Amino acid sequence: MTTDLPTTEPLDTYTLNMGPQHPSTHGVLRMLLTLRGEQIVTADAVIGYSHRAHEKMAENRTYAQFLPNTSRQDYLSGMIYNFAWVEAVEKMAGIAVPDRALVARVILSEFNRISSHLLWIGAFLLDLGAPTPFLYCWDDREAILFLLESVTGSRLTYCTGRFGGLSKDLDEDFPRRAREVVAKLKARWDEYDRLIEDNVIFRNRARGVGLLSRDQCLSFGVTGPTLRGSGVAYDVRKAEPYGAYPRFEFDIPTRPEGDVFARYWVRVQEMRQSVRIIEQALEQLPAGPIIAPDSIGVKKRLKLPVGTQYYAVESARGHYGILIVSEGGTEPYRAKFRTPSYPNLAVLSEVLPGNMVADAVAVLGSVDVVMPEIDR
Amino acid sequence: MWLQHALARFLGTFGAQLLLGVVGVMGYLTFNVLFLIWLERKVAGHIQRRPGPMEVGPHGAWQTVADMLKLLSKQLLTPVAADRFTYLFAPILVFLPTLCVASLIPIADVQTFADMPNGLIVIVALSGVTVISIFMAGWSSNNKYAVLGGMRSVAQVIAYEIPVLLAALSVVLVAQSLDLRVIAAGQKVPYALLQPVAAVIYLIGITAETNRAPFDIPEAESELVGGFHTEYSGMRFAMFFFAEYTNMLVLGALGATLFLGGWKGPLLPGTVWLLLKAYAVIFLMMWARWTFPRLRFDQLMSFAWKLLIPIALLNVAVTALVLGVVR
Repeated sequence: MTTDLPTTEPLDTYTLNMGPQHPSTHGVLRMLLTLRGEQIVTADAVIGYSHRAHEKMAENRTYAQFLPNTSRQDYLSGMIYNFAWVEAVEKMAGIAVPDRALVARVILSEFNRISSHLLWIGAFLLDLGAPTPFLYCWDDREAILFLLESVTGSRLTYCTGRFGGLSKDLDEDFPRRAREVVAKLKARWDEYDRLIEDNVIFRNRARGVGLLSRDQCLSFGVTGPTLRGSGVAYDVRKAEPYGAYPRFEFDIPTRPEGDVFARYWVRVQEMRQSVRIIEQALEQLPAGPIIAPDSIGVKKRLKLPVGTQYYAVESARGHYGILIVSEGGTEPYRAKFRTPSYPNLAVLSEVLPGNMVADAVAVLGSVDVVMPEIDR
Repeated sequence: MWLQHALARFLGTFGAQLLLGVVGVMGYLTFNVLFLIWLERKVAGHIQRRPGPMEVGPHGAWQTVADMLKLLSKQLLTPVAADRFTYLFAPILVFLPTLCVASLIPIADVQTFADMPNGLIVIVALSGVTVISIFMAGWSSNNKYAVLGGMRSVAQVIAYEIPVLLAALSVVLVAQSLDLRVIAAGQKVPYALLQPVAAVIYLIGITAETNRAPFDIPEAESELVGGFHTEYSGMRFAMFFFAEYTNMLVLGALGATLFLGGWKGPLLPGTVWLLLKAYAVIFLMMWARWTFPRLRFDQLMSFAWKLLIPIALLNVAVTALVLGVVR
């Protein structure tokens, strides 16, 4: 039956559609692979299956009404996205934020970052064919989600940022529960290292695979752990410090190799740095109001002055930027989001050719793409 | 026994034995598959700090039965562009060689369903047939993932049959026989202690031969969706599962016979001992599956050709040399 079909493909290669329904394309990514045997000749990422027009939506609602949209762009680090929008608007409107809220935002963001990285480790190992670490990471992540839920009321799509602070205060018991979660996480690091990093099969699968050079990263605009795995110590939290981050000590883990293993290692180290930040922040958590007394809340319409404002934060995946163009109304004239996964995915069409199909899955997993964040 | 006599009246002695043997073996193998799938889920669960199936029956004992019923009730789909005959025949063929091998393993001192003096050779020959049906399934599905899975499977099984064969060969050298009963009976000390290298190679080899993680590249879920059985549904899909788990039992029992003294053991009946040892081997395979990531295809091949086979060859040569000096 197929022999009747005209074919334009050359005989020695064939096309394989990986996705949008495939166990390891992380949502609705479609990879169009041209293969020779099991070797990849060309690789194209086809995106747009999860497009919801967030940028257009932003033009049609007030700044406060857009708050729930933010965490739905990247559902794995929603807290960071939520605060980024809030902080961008605060900066433009000149709203002062109380100290307690600033530090609380750092704590919640870093917990969110750890939970995102934990999920990534699990899913990545699942891509490599090891199902067990996934459930270990899930267990740890659950503790974090439970903690965040107790503060925000949601597990994934947080909407706790308000212009001038947070919607709810951290309760008196929060520092104790947060320290418990931190202790639980710290007890697991070594176990992960023994189970994953020391495994010879994992090392063979990850070392020297999916090499991403420094120049490739920079020319594509790759950011986040993927960039730091290629030896560039760029982290928005250090490069353009925002919020309460300048008050805390932490390092930027980097590794020069640029392979899958380097990206894994960087994320694992980053979780430890996040814990370091959380511990300092819990120590320094000031008393006082959680939201500015003169905050207008979400019911009243906030008007921003005419102008353009760019604000960037470090999400779990890299440099997340928000550009707000205001004409003085209650709604933005234009909102543009610079999401980190988009360039991180684009660079793959340069990396994948020459690799095996099995490596395609590993490399794709290693850059940690979140499709709804690319499509927006 | 009374059943055998009653049946013998209608079918003759041979007919009655055949019927009971077939029903017994098939019945046990079906039970074994259901048990092993349940065991796998339990082992996986406990390794992953969760209880595994708990809802259907005590400790989820009826879970696999329920799953089997579900699969039975599912629609059987055949892709339009599939090679129909091959596509339908592959799930049947995949089961046959395993079944034949099962009848060759001595389950107790005096009992074998088919007693052959050269049993080991027949087993090795038959277990190579399974791969043909896997390739048939992969090829006839007319699906790119399935073809990739089928191709990987052929390369893998050919590569890993050789170390398994060589590991068995070093046991044969020690036992001076190809008859599995003689091999089992001759073990005053389990051959696993005399031939530790061969035992390890055998364990690695059968893990690869049954397409199980970390060597499950023919069905590598995260790469090839379902590999060679991507297009199969319902009971046809279940047949591949059946074959895989029966194969595990057979190769586990063969391992127990070759390396762990077969049916020999104190107190309990021989068959129980054989099964206990076989399930111990299977547990090791499960443990590996739920701990390790998957190897890449080329790493798998170079592991077999560049490491396992030379070591196995060396092991055979050293064994022959030592035996030549001793005897």
